[in-house]
Amino acid sequence: MAKIVVDPITRIEGHLRIEAEINGGKITDAWSSSTMFRGIEKILKGRDPRDAWFWTQRFCGVCTTVHSIASIRAVEDALKIKIPPNAQLIRNIIIGIQNVQDHVIHFYHLHALDWVDVTSALKADPAKTSALAASLSDWPNNSATYFKSVQDRLKSFVASGRLGPFANAYWGHPAYKLPPEANLMATAHYLEALEWQKDVIRIHAILGSKNPHPQTFLVGGMSIPIDPDSQNALNADKLEEIKRLLKKAQDFVEKVYIPDLLAVASFYKEWAAIGGGVGNFLCYGEFPDAAGNPWFPQGAILGKDLTKVLPVDQKKVAEYVDHSWFEYTSGAEKGLHPWDGETEARYNGPKPPYEFLDTDKKYSWVKAPRYDEKAMEVGPLARVLVAYASGHKEAKAAVDMVLSKLGVGPEALFSTLGRTGARGIDCLLIARQTPKWLDELIVNISKGDYRIHANEKWDPSEWPAEASGYGWHEAPRGALGHWIKIKDQKILNYQAVVPSTWNASPRDAKGQRGPYEAALVGTPVADPAKPLEILRTIHSFDPCLACAVHVVDATGNEVIKVNVS
Amino acid sequence: MSQQDDDAKNGLIERDYSSREYSVGEILRERGVSRRDFLRFCSAMTAAMALPAAFAPTVARALDEVKRPPLVWLEFQDCAGDTEALLRSANPTVGEIVLDILSVDYHETIMAAAGHQAEAVLEKTITDYKGKYICVVEGSIPMKDGGVYGCVGGKSHLDRARQVCGGALATIAVGTCASFGGIPAAVPNPTGAVGVREAVPGATVINLPGCPVNADNLTATVVHYLVFGKIPALDGHGRPLFAYGKRIHDNCERRPHFDAGQYVEHWGDEGHRKGFCLYRMGCKGPATFHNCPTQRYNDKTSWPVGSGHGCAGCSEPAFWDTMGPMYKRLPNVPGFGIEHTADKIGIGLAAGAAAAFAVHGALNALRKDKEPSDETREG
Repeated sequence: MAKIVVDPITRIEGHLRIEAEINGGKITDAWSSSTMFRGIEKILKGRDPRDAWFWTQRFCGVCTTVHSIASIRAVEDALKIKIPPNAQLIRNIIIGIQNVQDHVIHFYHLHALDWVDVTSALKADPAKTSALAASLSDWPNNSATYFKSVQDRLKSFVASGRLGPFANAYWGHPAYKLPPEANLMATAHYLEALEWQKDVIRIHAILGSKNPHPQTFLVGGMSIPIDPDSQNALNADKLEEIKRLLKKAQDFVEKVYIPDLLAVASFYKEWAAIGGGVGNFLCYGEFPDAAGNPWFPQGAILGKDLTKVLPVDQKKVAEYVDHSWFEYTSGAEKGLHPWDGETEARYNGPKPPYEFLDTDKKYSWVKAPRYDEKAMEVGPLARVLVAYASGHKEAKAAVDMVLSKLGVGPEALFSTLGRTGARGIDCLLIARQTPKWLDELIVNISKGDYRIHANEKWDPSEWPAEASGYGWHEAPRGALGHWIKIKDQKILNYQAVVPSTWNASPRDAKGQRGPYEAALVGTPVADPAKPLEILRTIHSFDPCLACAVHVVDATGNEVIKVNVS
Repeated sequence: MSQQDDDAKNGLIERDYSSREYSVGEILRERGVSRRDFLRFCSAMTAAMALPAAFAPTVARALDEVKRPPLVWLEFQDCAGDTEALLRSANPTVGEIVLDILSVDYHETIMAAAGHQAEAVLEKTITDYKGKYICVVEGSIPMKDGGVYGCVGGKSHLDRARQVCGGALATIAVGTCASFGGIPAAVPNPTGAVGVREAVPGATVINLPGCPVNADNLTATVVHYLVFGKIPALDGHGRPLFAYGKRIHDNCERRPHFDAGQYVEHWGDEGHRKGFCLYRMGCKGPATFHNCPTQRYNDKTSWPVGSGHGCAGCSEPAFWDTMGPMYKRLPNVPGFGIEHTADKIGIGLAAGAAAAFAVHGALNALRKDKEPSDETREG
């Protein structure tokens, strides 16, 4: 038996460490640890609830809109504020393009190198690569000359002997299966996606000043004014620019991302039986219409049972700290609901520099959230499964298309490959739907509705003495919830339970593994010195650790308290 | 170009790059970047550095000569927002920065290698290029309790910062966390988070605060070094004057509305739609030094005030504790005559004295010779 450590897990957001036991070429046990903690506790206590979105946005610069959205929704829920339809639509567009851009970046820049051997691309025949690309899609960049130019660029880069970010990776590993031409095609698209992502996210800059960290959210609406007769507001010119960028986003997803995903997946079908995880899935629902009904349905699936979608009850969310570097006054074994959340940092791990963590005890800065005492996976797979099992028309069509193209059944979804595939499906669905919200916005504006903000409760003197609420959001990485208590116009308590906390969670009081840990068990590792397979399964979740250990707690207790959620 | 160069360009032979180092200009041209695009890039950089346009040929000449310098990017207590800002760079693009201009040897978010292999890359670069590599730091460094609040590869952020920043040619702290401690250092700063300058005294550190950094300012800082062979002139907070030498308020496109007393009063009102001044909605532009109004973000698409939201003051030290609440106006003499007060506010912060304590306190002190205070309701 060998215990191996992968730290840092690269090509993720944040600081993640995996320790794993390997027996007979397979992982028999695994521990997921977050090794960074900012402890932004107490900071929101006593502050203006209208500012909370700006603070919580800094949980993460990758999914840079998600905590703002959850935060303003939580405050609006507490204060019973109904936002104007335009604000809802603008939020949907911002959420939509965030998801689409984030998923594409994840696939090409964070995940692809687990499947694509860049060095093999040097051996590709550009003419055959061109034929391969043309057989998959009518994307215009598919000539032999084009692929030759990419290969030349790569050749001169490799020949320089200075490989920069591509140095010392697992190139040539036996688990790489793609032919050279597929590797060249994917490498070309890696570079194209790098250009594409910076362009399409300009939608955030138009609607919200900049990306990352758009500065446009308001409790009660949005701060981008609408006026077709002003150059300082959202006008026809800017709407047209957004429309063009959404088209560009959709084109790339349909003609590059999805064909690449299917092509790569077809060489790695064995990964449809690896990395299944906990088998329980949670989705909060997203993209509300004017009546507040979500386009992606809400629901929970337990034990991989796609015949039943259970309703979600926020009271069933609780967090445990048995294996997290925190203490509860009521004892570690009892979980606490976010509204009653209580966390005190208590690091008792090894003193750095260290070789191994003491995984029998506390070993992570991430708490262990559980839904009805169960570990839940969240993210695109959960979203797609809940929609699929709920009979969502577009989701069902997209899932069936992918399954039939790969010649596999729905059970293949419960896997590393399924997770990666579901992200593509999620991206495709959202890329096609987001332009419709823009169309609705244009219709509203053309009717003379320029409202972007509900002003009635902007002034805190209009608020009740006490209020509490919660805001839910489906972030690119899954179910995100913020819970807030307000007293005397100030924040009394604020807590968040975020997607990567669900997925990266350590064991709970019952010893139940978190989703990363459970998914790693059974994963083959051909060469423990080069654990490429661990990266495949972990990256399939799209980890985002700064979010997971964001730590906001403002419970008014005098002790230093932190909430890792 | 020699015949060998032509052959290499055409892929006929593999060039022996070890024979000599190729310049940024040569590499860019070889990668298909035209001379025209290269000069356009040089002009953009010249503008970003706030140099007269006549300097563009100097920049071009210098870049024609410099070699790809190695760069390592360390992430500590961060949110990766500055990394994402780098990914959004337009002039040059991130592809050009990573593949052509610099040798980005270590960057956890984008690098292919992981675990021990990633660690080995870092060790190799800082050994082979000791005193010659550029270090970029994103995120604050937790000093408390022996550094247990931040570890990579089992090593504390503090140990790593000392090792890597200490041997660098220069360290560029990107974003407000690496510059000044940022949000983790907000009261009560439970992990003892500080910026790089404080964690590694003696290291050469350039601060590029902002939440996140404007990637154009990062590139301009690197280019400034490549062109002039020295770091740019800095203000008292370690910020390059070319990017932080003026207040937001000085360059704001809405300044005429401020001077004319035309303010936004409610979100979505006529003034908001017409682009009036956001001072009454809490804009901190009069107290913030940054080039947002001119440099803007995302290929110069917009910036906060340009999209109808006030400035949050994010490039100032301790702004999390001193600039809030976000929607409360800076203390204040509304309407005509405010300019005088706003100037004083700026000078106070520039001197670095006012930043250490609550802005409200500082501003109340400044206000005493003005008209009666207007402690009005917000908005």
